[in-house]
Amino acid sequence: MSEAIEPVAASAVVNAESRVDAKQMNMIQAINSAMDVMMDRDPDVVVMGEDVGYFGGVFRATAGLQQKYGKNRVFDTPITECGIIGVAVGMGAYGLRPVPEIQFADYIYPALDQLVSEAARLRYRSAGEFISPLTVRSPFGGGIFGGQTHSQSPEGIFTHVSGVKTVIPSTPYDAKGLLIAAIEDNDPVIFFEPKRIYNGPFDGHYDTPAKSWAGHPEAQVPQGYYRIPLGKARIARAGEALTILCYGTMVHVVENTVAATGVDAEILDLRTLVPLDIEAIETSVKKTGRCLIVHEATRTSGFGAELLSQVQERCFYHLEAPIERVTGFDTPYPHSLEWAYFPGPVRIREAITKIMKD
Amino acid sequence: MTGPEDSDGAPASAGRNLPPLRLHVPEPPARPGESADFTHFDIPAAGSQPRPDEAAQPAEMREMAYGLIRVLDEDGRAVGAWNPKLPPETLLRMLRYMALTRAFDARMFRAQRQGKTSFYMKSTGEEAVSIGAALALARDDMCFPSYRQQGILIARDWPIVDMMNQIYSNKGDRLKGRQLPIMYSARDAGFFSISGNLTTQYPQAVGWAMASAARGDTRIAATWCGEGSTAEGDFHSACTFASVYRAPVIMNVVNNQWAISSFSGFAGAESTTFAARAIGYGIAGLRVDGNDVLAVYAAMRWAADRARANGGPTLIEHFTYRVEGHSTSDDPSAYRSAEESTLWPLGDPIARLKQHCIAQGIWDDERHAAMDRELAEMVRDAAREAEKNGILGHGLHHPMETLFEDVFEDMPWHLKEQQQQMLDEWKAAGL
Ligand SMILES: Cc1ncc(C[n+]2csc(CCOP(=O)(O)OP(=O)(O)O)c2C)c(N)n1
Ligand SMILES: [Mg+2]
Repeated sequence: MSEAIEPVAASAVVNAESRVDAKQMNMIQAINSAMDVMMDRDPDVVVMGEDVGYFGGVFRATAGLQQKYGKNRVFDTPITECGIIGVAVGMGAYGLRPVPEIQFADYIYPALDQLVSEAARLRYRSAGEFISPLTVRSPFGGGIFGGQTHSQSPEGIFTHVSGVKTVIPSTPYDAKGLLIAAIEDNDPVIFFEPKRIYNGPFDGHYDTPAKSWAGHPEAQVPQGYYRIPLGKARIARAGEALTILCYGTMVHVVENTVAATGVDAEILDLRTLVPLDIEAIETSVKKTGRCLIVHEATRTSGFGAELLSQVQERCFYHLEAPIERVTGFDTPYPHSLEWAYFPGPVRIREAITKIMKD
Repeated sequence: MTGPEDSDGAPASAGRNLPPLRLHVPEPPARPGESADFTHFDIPAAGSQPRPDEAAQPAEMREMAYGLIRVLDEDGRAVGAWNPKLPPETLLRMLRYMALTRAFDARMFRAQRQGKTSFYMKSTGEEAVSIGAALALARDDMCFPSYRQQGILIARDWPIVDMMNQIYSNKGDRLKGRQLPIMYSARDAGFFSISGNLTTQYPQAVGWAMASAARGDTRIAATWCGEGSTAEGDFHSACTFASVYRAPVIMNVVNNQWAISSFSGFAGAESTTFAARAIGYGIAGLRVDGNDVLAVYAAMRWAADRARANGGPTLIEHFTYRVEGHSTSDDPSAYRSAEESTLWPLGDPIARLKQHCIAQGIWDDERHAAMDRELAEMVRDAAREAEKNGILGHGLHHPMETLFEDVFEDMPWHLKEQQQQMLDEWKAAGL
């Protein structure tokens, strides 16, 4: 395996320019490219899921793969999520490296038993005799008027399960590098793709025209192989006044809100929730003395609660203000009131003001 | 632990002169650009299927799961043992409900294209499945539908303005804008809240039926899912419970050949029929021409009478075709032959019933055209009425604080706190 490319730091533009063989890609193309590269390198990689074969997936993330690698390696499945994951565990036991797609994260629940009791536990219960090297890809998150069954952010359910890693990219460049690392990883990885930013970054202002990835430095994606190690956060914006911990779509909403408020915030894009880059978090919060946590998922027992505990345990004597959380409300995801629900710029700005006041 | 080994330590299968295994991955008969081919369908003549007694044991009627119950023949005559011999008023009601469903679908699909809502799903070509069923059931029998049985609400005379309010997610929506368009709930119409998660309604319908039986009630339950959805575990749990408890339930599989881009082969249709799923569970199974509303009606009546007489569950496969895309988010020309819907051998359910009514001397082309015009106007007027309550994304929605209602019966402290926080923040932001 070739050497890893280290994650890009704050000065993304410089790094983007130095990226070899780079091409403008949106997040779907980057994800597609990651699978393409891995299928080419490793004959054990197989892609499966509802509508992923001939059609190339309802979001087109697997477009062209069946044509290129054949139906033995890229195939449609019956509509049974528990079946898809169960079969993937069995293929993994044989020695393949399955990359199953769950069409929407909201439909992952029928697969929970196979994920929680099987994929996540196989290495432990067999003392390493069997492993589950799956990468479960699934679009997640709201902002597309998808109602309660096309909008959820269930990452906290998986971070609570021992034995499974949880990865969430926020840019095309990261999506490809992280997906490659996830596929190469010998443990089960839940790879949640923020579908709101598949086609362009989202600043949180739903009433302004949608942007594309064109021109965004992180949309310059090398066409070949590179990996971004799991467990390493990215500094999306360096700053001194406060640390904001976020991931996925919310990275862009936070970046934009920070720019609008003018506060010198350091924005950490966590990229991997488990294992967590605790070093990056600790370094940043000890430097700034203030911490805001932002996620779209519901609040109670959400991943923000874990982050808050970690920061409190490790950085308590450096804190100058209570840690704040901006999260989705503890309700199912609504349809017509989507933008009242979505933790957008209004709520993030309020929280920043509150933290900076103390 | 080691596997079986030969004396030289090599795996048992290695070195043996065995042919390599092969993975079978289903492939539909035609893809875009190819000509459609339905010659592999075995379509029995109308009237050729026997009609078992409603009290028949499942084991005595297994062949019904492989045949195809058909009543309307090529000339529009109703023939055979399954002919329900419906009076003219009922035939014309069926025709009107099917035409109204189609007009409603056309209008709401257009509304989505005009940006008035986020999503829509048509049932074009499958209207007979819902309308035939709704007329065969009693009004107080409980329905657990999927998202493509809007025809049940229409045939139960549910106000279409109410349905449109739900689609527009506006302030007139009884469901408070919570659900994606077409995910109706209408308790007073015996229509269970539709879930976005496939096939969850199946065991629920069985549970409702078991409760009805346990209470000595007389009402039965019916449920629907697509052929693709039969792969979900819930389908199989439902069949097991229905069989074990002989639940008074009718389980309908709407085989419209496609599940988004996946043809029915990915749910097992290359090897057997969906009706034949019943056999392994010891349930009565019927397979019906789903584009023949009289056949659908007759099969549903058979199953309903059976359930009401404590004869237990029936699984019915409705063989039909999804003429349009899966939803407004779908473009079927990317994965199936464009010829399919025109070459579909079982015709159009509305045209077939119309032909029958004309043959019966109770209908004609002029009346049909007048009815279509009247229904189009009716739907247009209803849409205008509904739009007075607002369209999606244009302010006329339920008040923001309602976001927190109905999570629980009583709102716990944390939701009250979040509700207040939301209102304060939006006020502070001047919104
Ligand atoms: C649990 C679950 N998995 C996946 C989906 C996504 N999905 C929605 S409809 C559909 C196809 C269903 O096909 P079928 O059962 O044949 O019904 P049809 O749409 O043809 O009426 C899929 C895969 C879902 N809604 N729920
Ligand atoms: Mg279908």
